Amino acid sequence: MGRTTRLMAYVYIALALIFLYAPVLVMMLMAFNRSQLNELPIEFDLVWFRALMHNERLIQATINSVVLAIASALTATLTGTLAAMALSRYTFKGKGLLQIMLIPPITIPWLILAVAMLLMFFWLGVQRSLLTLYLGHVTIQLPYTILVVGARFAGTDPSLEEAATSLGAKPWRTFWRVTFPLVLPGIMAAALFAFTVSFDNFVISYFLAPPGVSTLPVEIYSAIRKGFTPEINAVSTIVFFISATSVLLVGREISFA
Amino acid sequence: MPAKRRRWLTLIGLLGPAYLWLLVMGFVPLFIMLYFSFLSDVPLGSREVYLTLENYTRFFSKSFYSKLTLDSLLMGAYTTLGCLIFGYPLAYALAKAVKGRWQAALFLLIIIPFWSNSLVRLYSWIIVLRNDGLLDLALEALGIRTDSGLLFTYPAIIIGLIHAYLPYMVLTIYIALDRIDDSLLDAAASLGARPLRTFTRVVFPLSLSGVISGVILVFIPAIGSFVEPRLLGGPAGTMLGTVIEDQFVQVFNWPLGAALSFILLVIVLAIMGISARVLAPSAGRLSR
Repeated sequence: MGRTTRLMAYVYIALALIFLYAPVLVMMLMAFNRSQLNELPIEFDLVWFRALMHNERLIQATINSVVLAIASALTATLTGTLAAMALSRYTFKGKGLLQIMLIPPITIPWLILAVAMLLMFFWLGVQRSLLTLYLGHVTIQLPYTILVVGARFAGTDPSLEEAATSLGAKPWRTFWRVTFPLVLPGIMAAALFAFTVSFDNFVISYFLAPPGVSTLPVEIYSAIRKGFTPEINAVSTIVFFISATSVLLVGREISFA
Repeated sequence: MPAKRRRWLTLIGLLGPAYLWLLVMGFVPLFIMLYFSFLSDVPLGSREVYLTLENYTRFFSKSFYSKLTLDSLLMGAYTTLGCLIFGYPLAYALAKAVKGRWQAALFLLIIIPFWSNSLVRLYSWIIVLRNDGLLDLALEALGIRTDSGLLFTYPAIIIGLIHAYLPYMVLTIYIALDRIDDSLLDAAASLGARPLRTFTRVVFPLSLSGVISGVILVFIPAIGSFVEPRLLGGPAGTMLGTVIEDQFVQVFNWPLGAALSFILLVIVLAIMGISARVLAPSAGRLSR
């Protein structure tokens, strides 16, 4: 590749990064802007971070989001890891079908799944609550956790387990001492991914949340529709920094392992 | 216990929890949605409810709905085209111009913005695109005085959607391009092919699987999107997705909403069916 082409490539990457980062930068700038209507020019102020501390609704919604994301990510990672182990270490009839079954929940628009779940809960007479949100979130996380952990299983050599077994290790011992450490980075990646899928999910929560209970994305949506968002910018800025750092830290752990 | 039976019990124990969950919460609801789409009204209290085809005849007889479907498909098509036009060169630059550690670092940089809430990113576009917004101010700084007036127009929806789905396109194309051995390009060059010819005859055909996966990954969610058209589109933002949302949160015509959702599902499944041959090998690669 010639020098000019390479230079053009760098310029193009830089422009693309500007496009991708523009909204995030705008969000942060507006979080520090005094104007309630996001007016320009920017007058620096921390007023919205202070207001945030007294916004009980928003705090409760954030707590709901965190609890929901942790609970659903743990469930989806645990059950997903078990399923991934079966899919990668056993051969059996119907395995192909089980693998294909993972595709629709990923590709079907979440709007359709959310509406369908809402109708099922209504039909069964189940009251909407944080529990129904949890049931819905795990459903959309599961295909991802199975695929991510499955990819890690596929990348580890089964002959290591066979070696352990032939040296006399019992199945449980082989699992905990050989298999588990090998696939752990995959499990961690899956858990992190599942957490994000839940924490950022708006569509499922929007349709399954009962009146009075909301998550951060649902709260953000209603704030945007009302046109009042500076505190939303502030809380999103905080959340963005926490998640970006954790991704960088965990990402490094995973790539080192 | 016989070994065979024990093996089956292990398998059921491992697969049972995840697949039971997927079946009950993922697949069964779709059938219940289908049932609701044939109802005359929401079965509440002592209301008379009967089975009817009315929701579907309404869809096929009113031109409003066929236009709505066409608009949604077009919205998906423009988004996909935009992601392809901007995403292919980006994936190409990443895969072939950047080397070593920088590749991983730039990749992370591309993905990081997506750890902010997707709704907040959308709202930021409102601040950028509105009259006297950041875009107008930036243009003014360049000496162009204008009211771009982009917000609440069709292009605004497409900009928001392209921004939301670009990484999927870049990722799938990058994976395909990265797999191409550089020696193939050298071979083409040493046989006298000019760069453009090398691209059209060697690189592009080899990256086609990534392009097709990317197209499907962008097109399907884009036609079913409702948040972007709702927040960025204003009056131009009436799509299948927003009308479905209305049926459930505003109008409470759940059977019609179920029917529209089911029609959208059929469209999505048709696209997946057509593309299954291309997608199946890559999905297999992911899980095995």
